[in-house]
Amino acid sequence: MSRLKSAASNVGAGRAFWIVGAILFAGVPLLNSLPADSFFHVSDFTLNLLGKFFAFAILALGIDLIWGYTGVLSLGHGVFFGLGAYAMGMHLMLGIGTEGVYGNALPDFMVWNQVKELPWFWKPFYSLTFSLAAILLVPMAAAAIFGYFVFRSRIRGVYFSIITQALALVAWLVFNRNETNLGGTNGLTDFKHIQGYSLNEPSTQLVMYMVTILFLGLAYVLCRWITQSRAGRVLIAIRDCEQRVFFSGYSPANYKLFVFVISAGLAGLAGALYVPQVGIITPNQIGVLPSIEMVIWVAVGGRGTLSGAIIGAAGVNFMRSTLTNHFPELWPFFLGGLFIAVVMFFPKGIVGLLRKASVMLPSRQSKVENAATTD
Amino acid sequence: MKHRITRRSLLPVLSVWLLLLLGTPLNLATAQDEPTSAPVVMTTQEAMTALQEGPWPDKKLATDFLLKNGDPTLLPQLEELRSNTNRRVRRLIKPIINLLKNKAGLASPDKEARRAAARDLGTRGTPEALPVLKEALFNEKEHWVRYDLEEAIQLLNLDSADPQVKFAAIQKLGDMRSSAALPILQDLTKQQADNLEQQTLKEEAEKASRLIQKWQDVTHGIEMLLQGLSLGSILLLMALGLAIVFGLMGVINMAHGEMMMIGAYATFVVQETFRMYLGEHLFDYYFFFALPCAFFVAAFIGWILEGTLIRFLYGRPLETLLATWGVGLVMIQTARLIFGDLTAVQAPSWLRGSAQVIVGVQLPYNRLFIILLALFSVAGIYLLLFRTGVGLRVRAVLQNRDMSACLGIPTRKLDAYTFAFGSGLAGLAGSALTMVGNVDPELGRNYIVDSFMVVVAGGVGKLAGTITAAFGIGTLNKLLEPSFGAVYGKVIILVLIILFLQIRPSGLFALKGRHLDS
Repeated sequence: MSRLKSAASNVGAGRAFWIVGAILFAGVPLLNSLPADSFFHVSDFTLNLLGKFFAFAILALGIDLIWGYTGVLSLGHGVFFGLGAYAMGMHLMLGIGTEGVYGNALPDFMVWNQVKELPWFWKPFYSLTFSLAAILLVPMAAAAIFGYFVFRSRIRGVYFSIITQALALVAWLVFNRNETNLGGTNGLTDFKHIQGYSLNEPSTQLVMYMVTILFLGLAYVLCRWITQSRAGRVLIAIRDCEQRVFFSGYSPANYKLFVFVISAGLAGLAGALYVPQVGIITPNQIGVLPSIEMVIWVAVGGRGTLSGAIIGAAGVNFMRSTLTNHFPELWPFFLGGLFIAVVMFFPKGIVGLLRKASVMLPSRQSKVENAATTD
Repeated sequence: MKHRITRRSLLPVLSVWLLLLLGTPLNLATAQDEPTSAPVVMTTQEAMTALQEGPWPDKKLATDFLLKNGDPTLLPQLEELRSNTNRRVRRLIKPIINLLKNKAGLASPDKEARRAAARDLGTRGTPEALPVLKEALFNEKEHWVRYDLEEAIQLLNLDSADPQVKFAAIQKLGDMRSSAALPILQDLTKQQADNLEQQTLKEEAEKASRLIQKWQDVTHGIEMLLQGLSLGSILLLMALGLAIVFGLMGVINMAHGEMMMIGAYATFVVQETFRMYLGEHLFDYYFFFALPCAFFVAAFIGWILEGTLIRFLYGRPLETLLATWGVGLVMIQTARLIFGDLTAVQAPSWLRGSAQVIVGVQLPYNRLFIILLALFSVAGIYLLLFRTGVGLRVRAVLQNRDMSACLGIPTRKLDAYTFAFGSGLAGLAGSALTMVGNVDPELGRNYIVDSFMVVVAGGVGKLAGTITAAFGIGTLNKLLEPSFGAVYGKVIILVLIILFLQIRPSGLFALKGRHLDS
């Protein structure tokens, strides 16, 4: 439906992408360098928060691919996010070296749990190259194995959602255990450096922010490339009527598996960017609850639109940090209300509302413009 | 008085007797209505004084005396003495206190107290307890108390110096399949046998411990099955409501767990009301009132939820999933603001304790109750769906909604009732859960994933599948738990379910047909 329109306005979308990208990549750091008393000054704290939000936005792009475009609702993306985050966390953990509380080369929690030797699966994480590869490959491999079995047996719709939710529960249980040597309930924390740069330095955090924006841009381009390609159209067709795609000679399972793996990779990337900026990863950030919350970011922003995923992830998380700061006991009500409202009243999310608003405007020209900037 | 008196202690005993003889008329004069108890009180008091102030041999003697003739009324005095004296005397007093306590226990009207006392005497008692136990056995009528008494007697006989008695005790313990005797018997088998007599004892002990071990394997299996059955019943109670709402109506209700939570809190509120406004004697009956209450409160909230939210989302399961999850979040936070973080429901006294099924296997009453409740719910659902007019209409709507509407069946109303009924069942499950655990606002969240797995594995829309899957998963869980631990057991079960769905994508009891979409 929107294919022709978006194809026609590809040029406009490209321009919007560069403008927004430039503002986020260069503009915000510039504002950060302003004197602290300036009205436009963006504090280090805010910058760090933004970095976290945009790391989440990468994850939201992945969820949008699988849910918004392919119609497969995964309630287990927290697991893939967690796999990437833990891979990065393990590398940073080993980077602490003997600076930990116990002055041992082993991570503190291992000393605490009386582990004498570094477990075998920790050892490769000394290497940055391995860690960076693991950030993408581990979640993707996990998604490929899980997805292969699930899609092959034609588990669809709500069944898929339920199974992935069980996956999130299981991952949460396993990561919580002490004997898996992943830090147990407390997770991985107390990171000191990344490649020799202190993580407490504002300049390191600034670089992390810029890296996040860079990867967000790359992820956006990748997702856009996928959704605009022929495969992307098959994905949308699967969402709208899987049977027809199947009988037209396509294999929906393969397409779904492909998208599932890509989105798991994006989730892992998001996790890896999240960890150094937030400084901690615990099982509670990857379980059932966060997993379903991630879906709502996309729903609020507007599923089936890439910009919606980014807007939703940043917007909901912004609301979250504001609300939990001032009215912590109100946040669940707000979040619950958001779930209900987005389903009942604005199923197309913020982007859908903006589009509707642009339709109200008299000029046809502006409508096309608006659709383009938000797609 | 037939107890053995050593020569050394003859003198003090004589003096005690002398005092007794002197004291008796005095006592008779003061307490004539209880002439028989007077001399005993006198002696025990003497013994107590001896224990407190007398020289060491006197103390020993007093101990022997108290072990035979003491009665539980002395306990407070002895306890006080124990806390004020030196270690040597404490060690002397300890067996007395033990024996007297258990003597009191054996006289208790409570069956469990009698059993506990008998078991304690069997493992920690001294030979002095034998006459006490024998007397209790003579008067006892309850089968399992008799068992424990007999076991205690034989355990004490194991220490006997008489090989005949010892042999008989070993044989008897083996026949009783006594698990308490196993370690002792195993020790016996390891001992060096010097003569033929000891050799026979050793062989007998080996035989008996083999018997007991074999029996333990059997009871272990039975126990596991029972545990699986009770976990399966819990899963079933939770999944039944889901099976109706999800299986029959196709609605994913993520707030189903919160309906359970509501049922649990309804039970809690009923309990508190009973405690506050009705007497202690009525408190035990609160549960009969709490169960229907939990059902109707949850059903009512379900009915409201259906009318305001779910009915706009029929046919859009993923949207329903997200919206009901939101509803669940709101409910959890509301419950937390009202009730706080953790509250416990006290089980009525008739649900505490457990029934002994066979030697070594116990079935707690609360678990038994849950099993019965689950069976009762299943029976109720079957009757409702297949034996009533409403059930007929519900099934008609499921098969062909439009045709049913044409024939004048109020489909909208039926949807609402079905959803309310499913929610009510969740409330019932929540009420039952208060018997086995605490009540907290996130109670439902812990179970929702499991219940969905049960419904999916069983085959959506088939109650028989849900029942089979609930008991299957429950039993499997308990089978895996001992060797893998609870967490990895759960992981394995998830993997097994995914693999199982490879073979039967629509669950155990799939609807047969050529449809591609379900």
